[in-house]
Amino acid sequence: QALPVAKKIEKAGGEEPTKWDAITTYNNFYELGADKADPARNAGSLRPRPWTVAIEGEVRKPGNLDVDALMKSFPLEERIYRMRCVEAWSMVIPWVGFPLADLVKRVEPTSKARYVAFQTLLDPEQLPGQRRRVLEWPYVEGLRIDEATHPLALLAVGLYGRVLPNQDGAPLRLVVPWKYGFKGAKSIVKIRFQEEQPPTTWNRMAPDEYGFYANVNPDVDHPRWSQARERRIGEFFRRKTLPFNGYADEVASLYAGLDLRKNY
Amino acid sequence: MKWTPARTRALKASAFVLCLVPLAKIAFDAFTDGLGANPIEQVLNRLGFWTLTLLTLSLVPTPVKELLGVAWPVRLRRLLGLFAFAYATLHLCWYVGVDQFFDLHVLAKDVLKRKFMAVGFVAWLSLAPLAVTSTDRWVRRLGFPRWKRLHRLAYAAAVLGIVHFVWRVKADALRPYVFATILAGLLGARVAVRLARARAATAAPGLARGAGDTGAGAGGA
Repeated sequence: QALPVAKKIEKAGGEEPTKWDAITTYNNFYELGADKADPARNAGSLRPRPWTVAIEGEVRKPGNLDVDALMKSFPLEERIYRMRCVEAWSMVIPWVGFPLADLVKRVEPTSKARYVAFQTLLDPEQLPGQRRRVLEWPYVEGLRIDEATHPLALLAVGLYGRVLPNQDGAPLRLVVPWKYGFKGAKSIVKIRFQEEQPPTTWNRMAPDEYGFYANVNPDVDHPRWSQARERRIGEFFRRKTLPFNGYADEVASLYAGLDLRKNY
Repeated sequence: MKWTPARTRALKASAFVLCLVPLAKIAFDAFTDGLGANPIEQVLNRLGFWTLTLLTLSLVPTPVKELLGVAWPVRLRRLLGLFAFAYATLHLCWYVGVDQFFDLHVLAKDVLKRKFMAVGFVAWLSLAPLAVTSTDRWVRRLGFPRWKRLHRLAYAAAVLGIVHFVWRVKADALRPYVFATILAGLLGARVAVRLARARAATAAPGLARGAGDTGAGAGGA
Protein backbone atom coordinates (compact mmCIF):
# COMPACT_ATOMS: atom_id res chain seq x y z
CA GLN A 1 0.00 0.00 0.00
CA ALA A 2 1.66 3.16 -1.22
CA LEU A 3 1.68 6.30 0.90
CA PRO A 4 1.38 9.87 -0.40
CA VAL A 5 4.78 11.46 0.19
CA ALA A 6 4.80 15.27 0.10
CA LYS A 7 8.57 15.76 0.31
CA LYS A 8 11.79 13.84 0.53
CA ILE A 9 14.59 14.63 2.91
CA GLU A 10 17.87 12.80 2.59
CA LYS A 11 19.83 12.66 5.84
CA ALA A 12 22.30 9.83 5.37
CA GLY A 13 25.12 11.51 3.48
CA GLY A 14 23.89 10.25 0.14
CA GLU A 15 24.30 6.63 1.09
CA GLU A 16 22.27 3.95 -0.61
CA PRO A 17 19.40 2.75 1.64
CA THR A 18 19.67 -0.75 3.08
CA LYS A 19 17.66 -3.33 1.16
CA TRP A 20 13.96 -3.75 2.00
CA ASP A 21 14.51 -7.43 2.75
CA ALA A 22 17.14 -6.67 5.38
CA ILE A 23 15.09 -3.90 7.03
CA THR A 24 12.08 -6.21 7.26
CA THR A 25 13.74 -9.50 8.28
CA TYR A 26 16.45 -8.37 10.71
CA ASN A 27 14.62 -6.75 13.59
CA ASN A 28 14.85 -6.21 17.30
CA PHE A 29 11.22 -6.25 18.38
CA TYR A 30 11.18 -8.55 21.41
CA GLU A 31 7.38 -8.44 21.56
CA LEU A 32 7.45 -10.53 18.38
CA GLY A 33 10.38 -12.73 19.45
CA ALA A 34 13.95 -12.26 20.62
CA ASP A 35 15.75 -13.60 17.56
CA LYS A 36 16.39 -11.21 14.69
CA ALA A 37 14.26 -13.26 12.31
CA ASP A 38 11.37 -13.78 14.76
CA PRO A 39 9.53 -10.48 14.26
CA ALA A 40 9.09 -11.07 10.52
CA ARG A 41 7.97 -14.63 11.21
CA ASN A 42 5.45 -13.65 13.91
CA ALA A 43 4.33 -10.36 12.35
CA GLY A 44 0.98 -11.77 11.28
CA SER A 45 -0.46 -11.76 14.79
CA LEU A 46 -0.24 -7.97 15.15
CA ARG A 47 -3.32 -6.09 13.91
CA PRO A 48 -2.27 -2.48 13.24
CA ARG A 49 -5.76 -1.29 12.19
CA PRO A 50 -7.91 0.08 13.68
CA TRP A 51 -5.49 1.74 16.07
CA THR A 52 -5.70 4.67 18.42
CA VAL A 53 -2.95 6.53 20.21
CA ALA A 54 -3.80 8.02 23.61
CA ILE A 55 -2.40 11.47 24.32
CA GLU A 56 -2.21 12.05 28.05
CA GLY A 57 -0.74 14.15 30.80
CA GLU A 58 0.44 17.73 30.71
CA VAL A 59 -1.31 18.83 27.52
CA ARG A 60 -4.22 21.12 26.80
CA LYS A 61 -5.61 18.75 24.17
CA PRO A 62 -5.51 15.18 25.45
CA GLY A 63 -7.51 12.45 23.74
CA ASN A 64 -7.45 9.39 21.57
CA LEU A 65 -6.20 9.84 18.04
CA ASP A 66 -6.99 7.42 15.25
CA VAL A 67 -3.85 6.51 13.38
CA ASP A 68 -5.35 6.87 9.89
CA ALA A 69 -6.76 10.28 10.76
CA LEU A 70 -3.39 11.23 12.19
CA MET A 71 -1.61 10.21 8.99
CA LYS A 72 -4.00 12.30 6.91
CA SER A 73 -3.71 15.35 9.10
CA PHE A 74 0.04 15.78 8.59
CA PRO A 75 1.88 15.93 5.27
CA LEU A 76 3.97 12.76 5.10
CA GLU A 77 7.68 13.05 4.39
CA GLU A 78 10.25 10.53 3.34
CA ARG A 79 13.25 10.80 5.64
CA ILE A 80 16.32 8.76 4.84
CA TYR A 81 18.14 8.29 8.14
CA ARG A 82 21.01 6.24 9.44
CA MET A 83 19.91 3.77 12.11
CA ARG A 84 22.53 2.63 14.61
CA CYS A 85 21.64 -0.27 16.85
CA VAL A 86 23.23 -0.49 20.30
CA GLU A 87 24.48 -3.94 19.20
CA ALA A 88 26.93 -2.24 16.80
CA TRP A 89 25.17 -2.81 13.51
CA SER A 90 23.54 -0.16 11.41
CA MET A 91 21.31 0.49 8.41
CA VAL A 92 20.20 3.35 6.20
CA ILE A 93 16.40 3.48 6.27
CA PRO A 94 13.97 5.44 4.10
CA TRP A 95 11.22 6.09 6.63
CA VAL A 96 7.93 7.76 5.85
CA GLY A 97 6.38 9.79 8.63
CA PHE A 98 5.87 13.21 10.13
CA PRO A 99 7.89 15.20 12.65
CA LEU A 100 7.06 14.36 16.24
CA ALA A 101 7.32 18.11 16.85
CA ASP A 102 4.19 18.67 14.72
CA LEU A 103 2.14 16.36 16.92
CA VAL A 104 3.57 17.88 20.09
CA LYS A 105 2.63 21.34 18.91
CA ARG A 106 -0.91 20.26 18.07
CA VAL A 107 -1.65 18.80 21.51
CA GLU A 108 -0.34 21.93 23.25
CA PRO A 109 1.87 20.80 26.12
CA THR A 110 1.73 22.83 29.31
CA SER A 111 4.81 24.35 30.91
CA LYS A 112 5.01 21.29 33.14
CA ALA A 113 5.60 18.98 30.20
CA ARG A 114 9.35 18.43 30.51
CA TYR A 115 9.39 14.84 29.23
CA VAL A 116 7.47 12.74 26.74
CA ALA A 117 6.86 9.05 27.52
CA PHE A 118 6.00 6.47 24.87
CA GLN A 119 4.32 3.13 25.44
CA THR A 120 4.06 0.12 23.15
CA LEU A 121 0.94 -2.02 22.87
CA LEU A 122 0.51 -4.56 25.67
CA ASP A 123 -1.37 -7.55 24.28
CA PRO A 124 0.15 -11.04 24.42
CA GLU A 125 -2.43 -12.19 21.86
CA GLN A 126 -1.06 -9.83 19.24
CA LEU A 127 2.47 -9.71 20.57
CA PRO A 128 3.29 -13.32 21.51
CA GLY A 129 6.74 -12.37 22.82
CA GLN A 130 4.95 -10.78 25.78
CA ARG A 131 3.80 -14.21 26.97
CA ARG A 132 7.23 -14.63 28.55
CA ARG A 133 8.70 -11.99 30.80
CA VAL A 134 11.84 -11.45 28.79
CA LEU A 135 11.52 -7.71 29.46
CA GLU A 136 9.13 -5.79 31.66
CA TRP A 137 6.05 -5.23 29.51
CA PRO A 138 4.79 -2.98 28.15
CA TYR A 139 7.86 -1.50 26.50
CA VAL A 140 8.30 2.11 27.56
CA GLU A 141 10.62 4.80 26.27
CA GLY A 142 11.02 8.50 26.74
CA LEU A 143 12.55 11.74 25.52
CA ARG A 144 13.17 15.15 26.99
CA ILE A 145 10.69 17.63 25.51
CA ASP A 146 13.47 19.47 23.65
CA GLU A 147 14.56 16.18 22.09
CA ALA A 148 10.99 15.34 21.17
CA THR A 149 10.53 18.68 19.44
CA HIS A 150 13.83 18.52 17.58
CA PRO A 151 13.14 18.58 13.84
CA LEU A 152 14.94 15.25 13.30
CA ALA A 153 12.67 13.29 15.66
CA LEU A 154 10.13 11.44 13.57
CA LEU A 155 6.97 9.42 14.02
CA ALA A 156 7.22 6.84 11.26
CA VAL A 157 4.23 5.21 9.59
CA GLY A 158 5.93 3.87 6.48
CA LEU A 159 9.01 2.42 4.89
CA TYR A 160 10.19 2.69 1.29
CA GLY A 161 7.03 4.66 0.44
CA ARG A 162 4.78 1.90 1.72
CA VAL A 163 2.83 1.31 4.92
CA LEU A 164 5.12 0.27 7.76
CA PRO A 165 5.42 -3.54 8.06
CA ASN A 166 4.33 -4.96 11.42
CA GLN A 167 7.79 -6.21 12.30
CA ASP A 168 9.15 -2.66 12.02
CA GLY A 169 6.68 -1.30 14.55
CA ALA A 170 3.39 -0.71 12.73
CA PRO A 171 1.34 1.32 12.67
CA LEU A 172 3.31 4.07 14.36
CA ARG A 173 6.83 4.11 15.78
CA LEU A 174 9.35 6.59 17.04
CA VAL A 175 12.57 7.30 15.11
CA VAL A 176 15.32 9.29 16.83
CA PRO A 177 18.25 8.94 14.45
CA TRP A 178 20.98 10.30 16.75
CA LYS A 179 20.16 7.73 19.43
CA TYR A 180 20.53 3.96 19.57
CA GLY A 181 17.69 2.11 17.92
CA PHE A 182 16.08 0.88 21.12
CA LYS A 183 14.90 4.44 21.85
CA GLY A 184 12.53 4.06 18.92
CA ALA A 185 9.44 2.65 20.64
CA LYS A 186 7.34 0.57 18.24
CA SER A 187 3.58 0.06 17.84
CA ILE A 188 2.88 3.04 20.07
CA VAL A 189 -0.45 3.21 21.91
CA LYS A 190 0.26 5.99 24.36
CA ILE A 191 2.17 9.25 24.40
CA ARG A 192 2.26 10.94 27.77
CA PHE A 193 3.61 14.37 28.66
CA GLN A 194 4.93 14.71 32.19
CA GLU A 195 7.16 16.60 34.56
CA GLU A 196 9.35 13.69 35.75
CA GLN A 197 11.76 11.68 33.65
CA PRO A 198 9.93 8.51 32.61
CA PRO A 199 11.39 5.03 33.18
CA THR A 200 12.66 3.28 30.05
CA THR A 201 12.58 -0.46 29.50
CA TRP A 202 16.20 -1.32 28.73
CA ASN A 203 17.46 1.06 31.38
CA ARG A 204 15.31 -0.76 33.93
CA MET A 205 16.60 -4.10 32.66
CA ALA A 206 20.32 -3.20 32.81
CA PRO A 207 21.01 0.35 34.01
CA ASP A 208 24.78 0.01 33.63
CA GLU A 209 24.39 -0.93 29.96
CA TYR A 210 21.56 1.26 28.71
CA GLY A 211 21.06 4.84 29.79
CA PHE A 212 18.11 7.16 29.44
CA TYR A 213 19.80 9.26 26.78
CA ALA A 214 21.32 6.47 24.67
CA ASN A 215 22.90 8.93 22.28
CA VAL A 216 25.13 7.20 19.75
CA ASN A 217 28.62 7.69 21.16
CA PRO A 218 31.73 5.93 19.84
CA ASP A 219 33.69 7.00 22.94
CA VAL A 220 31.48 5.30 25.50
CA ASP A 221 31.59 1.54 25.13
CA HIS A 222 28.81 -0.80 26.02
CA PRO A 223 30.19 -2.83 28.95
CA ARG A 224 30.23 -5.95 26.74
CA TRP A 225 31.37 -4.57 23.42
CA SER A 226 33.00 -1.59 21.78
CA GLN A 227 30.83 1.14 20.26
CA ALA A 228 33.73 2.62 18.29
CA ARG A 229 32.80 0.75 15.11
CA GLU A 230 29.71 -0.69 13.57
CA ARG A 231 28.79 -3.11 10.82
CA ARG A 232 26.58 -1.52 8.22
CA ILE A 233 24.24 -4.31 7.17
CA GLY A 234 25.34 -5.46 3.72
CA GLU A 235 29.00 -4.53 4.23
CA PHE A 236 31.93 -6.70 5.27
CA PHE A 237 34.24 -4.30 7.06
CA ARG A 238 33.16 -2.43 10.15
CA ARG A 239 33.11 1.33 9.79
CA LYS A 240 33.73 4.05 12.33
CA THR A 241 30.74 5.07 14.40
CA LEU A 242 30.07 8.81 14.30
CA PRO A 243 29.21 10.89 17.38
CA PHE A 244 25.44 11.29 17.54
CA ASN A 245 25.33 8.92 14.57
CA GLY A 246 26.54 11.70 12.30
CA TYR A 247 23.93 14.24 13.41
CA ALA A 248 26.17 16.09 15.87
CA ASP A 249 25.89 19.40 13.99
CA GLU A 250 22.17 19.37 14.51
CA VAL A 251 21.78 17.87 17.98
CA ALA A 252 25.00 18.27 20.01
CA SER A 253 23.80 21.64 21.34
CA LEU A 254 20.93 19.86 23.11
CA TYR A 255 23.49 18.33 25.44
CA ALA A 256 25.78 21.28 26.08
CA GLY A 257 27.14 21.04 29.62
CA LEU A 258 25.98 17.44 30.05
CA ASP A 259 28.63 14.83 30.89
CA LEU A 260 28.01 12.29 28.16
CA ARG A 261 30.08 9.64 29.91
CA LYS A 262 27.75 9.70 32.87
CA ASN A 263 24.62 10.40 30.89
CA TYR A 264 25.04 7.61 28.36
CA MET B 1 25.96 -57.59 21.07
CA LYS B 2 29.66 -57.64 20.37
CA TRP B 3 31.62 -54.57 19.44
CA THR B 4 33.68 -55.70 16.52
CA PRO B 5 36.29 -53.25 15.24
CA ALA B 6 34.19 -52.87 12.11
CA ARG B 7 31.15 -51.80 14.11
CA THR B 8 33.21 -49.32 16.11
CA ARG B 9 34.58 -47.88 12.91
CA ALA B 10 31.09 -47.55 11.47
CA LEU B 11 29.86 -45.84 14.65
CA LYS B 12 32.73 -43.38 14.61
CA ALA B 13 32.38 -42.72 10.90
CA SER B 14 28.69 -41.88 11.25
CA ALA B 15 29.37 -39.62 14.23
CA PHE B 16 32.14 -37.91 12.27
CA VAL B 17 29.78 -37.19 9.38
CA LEU B 18 27.03 -35.99 11.73
CA CYS B 19 29.45 -33.59 13.41
CA LEU B 20 30.15 -32.03 10.02
CA VAL B 21 26.48 -31.40 9.25
CA PRO B 22 26.29 -27.99 11.00
CA LEU B 23 29.30 -26.80 8.98
CA ALA B 24 27.78 -28.13 5.79
CA LYS B 25 24.55 -26.32 6.64
CA ILE B 26 26.44 -23.06 7.11
CA ALA B 27 28.12 -23.54 3.74
CA PHE B 28 24.83 -24.42 2.08
CA ASP B 29 23.07 -21.40 3.60
CA ALA B 30 25.95 -19.16 2.59
CA PHE B 31 25.49 -20.14 -1.04
CA THR B 32 21.71 -19.96 -0.99
CA ASP B 33 21.36 -16.63 0.82
CA GLY B 34 20.09 -18.38 3.93
CA LEU B 35 22.20 -16.62 6.55
CA GLY B 36 19.99 -13.53 6.89
CA ALA B 37 20.88 -9.86 6.75
CA ASN B 38 23.90 -10.19 9.03
CA PRO B 39 25.63 -13.37 7.89
CA ILE B 40 28.83 -12.70 9.84
CA GLU B 41 26.93 -12.59 13.11
CA GLN B 42 24.81 -15.58 12.10
CA VAL B 43 27.84 -17.78 11.40
CA LEU B 44 29.50 -16.68 14.65
CA ASN B 45 26.38 -17.56 16.65
CA ARG B 46 25.94 -20.92 14.99
CA LEU B 47 29.57 -21.91 15.58
CA GLY B 48 29.22 -20.97 19.23
CA PHE B 49 25.97 -22.90 19.57
CA TRP B 50 27.48 -26.06 18.08
CA THR B 51 30.59 -25.74 20.23
CA LEU B 52 28.43 -25.88 23.35
CA THR B 53 26.23 -28.63 21.95
CA LEU B 54 29.17 -30.88 21.08
CA LEU B 55 30.98 -30.10 24.31
CA THR B 56 27.86 -31.02 26.29
CA LEU B 57 27.42 -34.21 24.24
CA SER B 58 31.05 -35.17 24.93
CA LEU B 59 30.23 -35.13 28.64
CA VAL B 60 27.34 -37.58 28.26
CA PRO B 61 29.14 -40.93 27.74
CA THR B 62 30.91 -41.12 31.11
CA PRO B 63 27.84 -40.75 33.37
CA VAL B 64 25.81 -42.93 31.00
CA LYS B 65 28.36 -45.69 31.40
CA GLU B 66 28.63 -45.33 35.15
CA LEU B 67 24.93 -44.97 35.86
CA LEU B 68 23.37 -47.15 33.20
CA GLY B 69 26.23 -49.46 32.40
CA VAL B 70 25.97 -48.59 28.71
CA ALA B 71 29.55 -48.34 27.51
CA TRP B 72 29.46 -47.85 23.74
CA PRO B 73 28.99 -44.02 23.82
CA VAL B 74 32.44 -43.79 25.43
CA ARG B 75 33.85 -44.74 22.05
CA LEU B 76 32.57 -41.40 20.74
CA ARG B 77 33.86 -39.25 23.58
CA ARG B 78 37.15 -38.28 22.01
CA LEU B 79 35.59 -37.56 18.65
CA LEU B 80 32.91 -35.34 20.22
CA GLY B 81 35.48 -33.51 22.34
CA LEU B 82 37.74 -32.87 19.39
CA PHE B 83 34.85 -31.61 17.28
CA ALA B 84 33.81 -29.32 20.14
CA PHE B 85 37.34 -27.91 20.14
CA ALA B 86 37.28 -27.57 16.34
CA TYR B 87 34.01 -25.62 16.44
CA ALA B 88 35.32 -23.50 19.33
CA THR B 89 38.44 -22.71 17.31
CA LEU B 90 36.40 -21.80 14.24
CA HIS B 91 34.15 -19.63 16.43
CA LEU B 92 37.19 -17.81 17.85
CA CYS B 93 38.90 -17.43 14.46
CA TRP B 94 35.67 -16.18 12.91
CA TYR B 95 35.38 -13.52 15.60
CA VAL B 96 39.01 -12.45 15.36
CA GLY B 97 39.50 -12.68 11.62
CA VAL B 98 36.10 -11.96 10.11
CA ASP B 99 33.87 -10.20 12.64
CA GLN B 100 36.57 -7.89 14.02
CA PHE B 101 38.97 -8.27 11.08
CA PHE B 102 42.04 -8.45 13.37
CA ASP B 103 41.22 -5.18 15.12
CA LEU B 104 43.86 -5.63 17.80
CA HIS B 105 42.69 -2.66 19.81
CA VAL B 106 39.22 -4.15 20.19
CA LEU B 107 40.50 -7.69 20.73
CA ALA B 108 42.90 -6.71 23.49
CA LYS B 109 40.17 -4.77 25.24
CA ASP B 110 37.80 -7.69 24.85
CA VAL B 111 40.08 -10.08 26.66
CA LEU B 112 41.32 -7.64 29.29
CA LYS B 113 38.23 -5.64 30.09
CA ARG B 114 35.12 -7.54 29.10
CA LYS B 115 34.40 -10.47 31.35
CA PHE B 116 32.01 -12.00 28.85
CA MET B 117 34.76 -12.16 26.24
CA ALA B 118 37.47 -13.15 28.72
CA VAL B 119 35.41 -16.07 29.95
CA GLY B 120 34.86 -17.31 26.41
CA PHE B 121 38.55 -17.05 25.67
CA VAL B 122 39.50 -18.92 28.83
CA ALA B 123 36.98 -21.62 27.91
CA TRP B 124 38.76 -22.06 24.58
CA LEU B 125 42.16 -22.02 26.30
CA SER B 126 41.11 -24.77 28.67
CA LEU B 127 39.98 -26.95 25.80
CA ALA B 128 43.30 -26.64 23.96
CA PRO B 129 45.40 -28.90 26.25
CA LEU B 130 42.62 -31.48 26.16
CA ALA B 131 42.73 -31.56 22.39
CA VAL B 132 46.52 -31.87 22.42
CA THR B 133 46.48 -34.72 24.95
CA SER B 134 43.61 -36.56 23.34
CA THR B 135 45.79 -39.22 21.72
CA ASP B 136 46.49 -42.70 23.12
CA ARG B 137 50.15 -41.75 23.32
CA TRP B 138 49.36 -38.91 25.69
CA VAL B 139 47.19 -41.13 27.87
CA ARG B 140 50.18 -43.45 28.24
CA ARG B 141 52.62 -40.64 28.74
CA LEU B 142 50.62 -38.97 31.51
CA GLY B 143 49.37 -42.16 33.04
CA PHE B 144 45.65 -42.70 33.11
CA PRO B 145 44.81 -41.18 36.53
CA ARG B 146 46.62 -37.96 35.74
CA TRP B 147 45.22 -37.85 32.21
CA LYS B 148 41.74 -38.30 33.62
CA ARG B 149 42.19 -35.52 36.14
CA LEU B 150 43.39 -33.21 33.40
CA HIS B 151 40.41 -34.02 31.24
CA ARG B 152 37.98 -32.99 33.95
CA LEU B 153 38.81 -29.53 32.61
CA ALA B 154 36.16 -30.28 30.02
CA TYR B 155 33.55 -29.57 32.69
CA ALA B 156 35.19 -26.26 33.52
CA ALA B 157 35.25 -25.37 29.84
CA ALA B 158 31.56 -26.20 29.52
CA VAL B 159 30.67 -24.08 32.55
CA LEU B 160 32.72 -21.16 31.21
CA GLY B 161 31.19 -21.59 27.77
CA ILE B 162 27.69 -21.41 29.18
CA VAL B 163 28.58 -18.36 31.30
CA HIS B 164 29.94 -16.78 28.10
CA PHE B 165 26.59 -17.49 26.43
CA VAL B 166 24.50 -16.18 29.37
CA TRP B 167 26.52 -12.95 29.50
CA ARG B 168 26.30 -12.60 25.75
CA VAL B 169 22.51 -12.41 25.41
CA LYS B 170 20.79 -9.15 26.18
CA ALA B 171 17.55 -10.34 27.71
CA ASP B 172 16.25 -13.73 26.64
CA ALA B 173 18.61 -16.25 28.25
CA LEU B 174 16.36 -19.28 27.72
CA ARG B 175 18.82 -21.14 25.48
CA PRO B 176 21.89 -20.76 27.69
CA TYR B 177 19.79 -21.83 30.67
CA VAL B 178 18.78 -24.98 28.81
CA PHE B 179 22.48 -25.77 28.38
CA ALA B 180 23.09 -24.98 32.03
CA THR B 181 20.31 -27.32 33.14
CA ILE B 182 21.62 -30.21 31.06
CA LEU B 183 25.16 -29.64 32.29
CA ALA B 184 23.96 -29.48 35.90
CA GLY B 185 22.23 -32.82 35.34
CA LEU B 186 25.41 -34.39 33.95
CA LEU B 187 27.52 -33.04 36.77
CA GLY B 188 24.91 -34.12 39.31
CA ALA B 189 24.95 -37.65 37.91
CA ARG B 190 28.70 -37.85 38.37
CA VAL B 191 28.49 -36.53 41.92
CA ALA B 192 25.78 -39.10 42.68
CA VAL B 193 27.99 -41.90 41.38
CA ARG B 194 30.87 -40.68 43.52
CA LEU B 195 28.79 -40.44 46.66
CA ALA B 196 27.37 -43.92 46.12
CA ARG B 197 30.86 -45.28 45.62
CA ALA B 198 32.19 -43.54 48.73
CA ARG B 199 29.35 -45.02 50.74
CA ALA B 200 30.09 -48.47 49.35
CA ALA B 201 33.74 -47.97 50.29
CA THR B 202 32.94 -47.26 53.94
CA ALA B 203 30.57 -50.20 54.04
CA ALA B 204 32.89 -52.71 52.43
CA PRO B 205 36.49 -51.55 52.13
CA GLY B 206 38.40 -53.29 49.39
CA LEU B 207 35.43 -53.44 47.00
CA ALA B 208 35.48 -49.70 46.53
CA ARG B 209 37.05 -49.48 43.11
CA GLY B 210 34.06 -49.24 40.87
CA ALA B 211 33.90 -51.01 37.58
CA GLY B 212 33.59 -47.74 35.72
CA ASP B 213 36.95 -46.56 36.95
CA THR B 214 39.24 -49.04 35.27
CA GLY B 215 40.20 -46.82 32.42
CA ALA B 216 39.53 -49.38 29.78
CA GLY B 217 38.62 -47.60 26.61
CA ALA B 218 39.14 -44.17 28.09
CA GLY B 219 40.40 -41.83 25.46
CA GLY B 220 41.31 -44.79 23.36
CA ALA B 221 38.84 -47.46 22.39
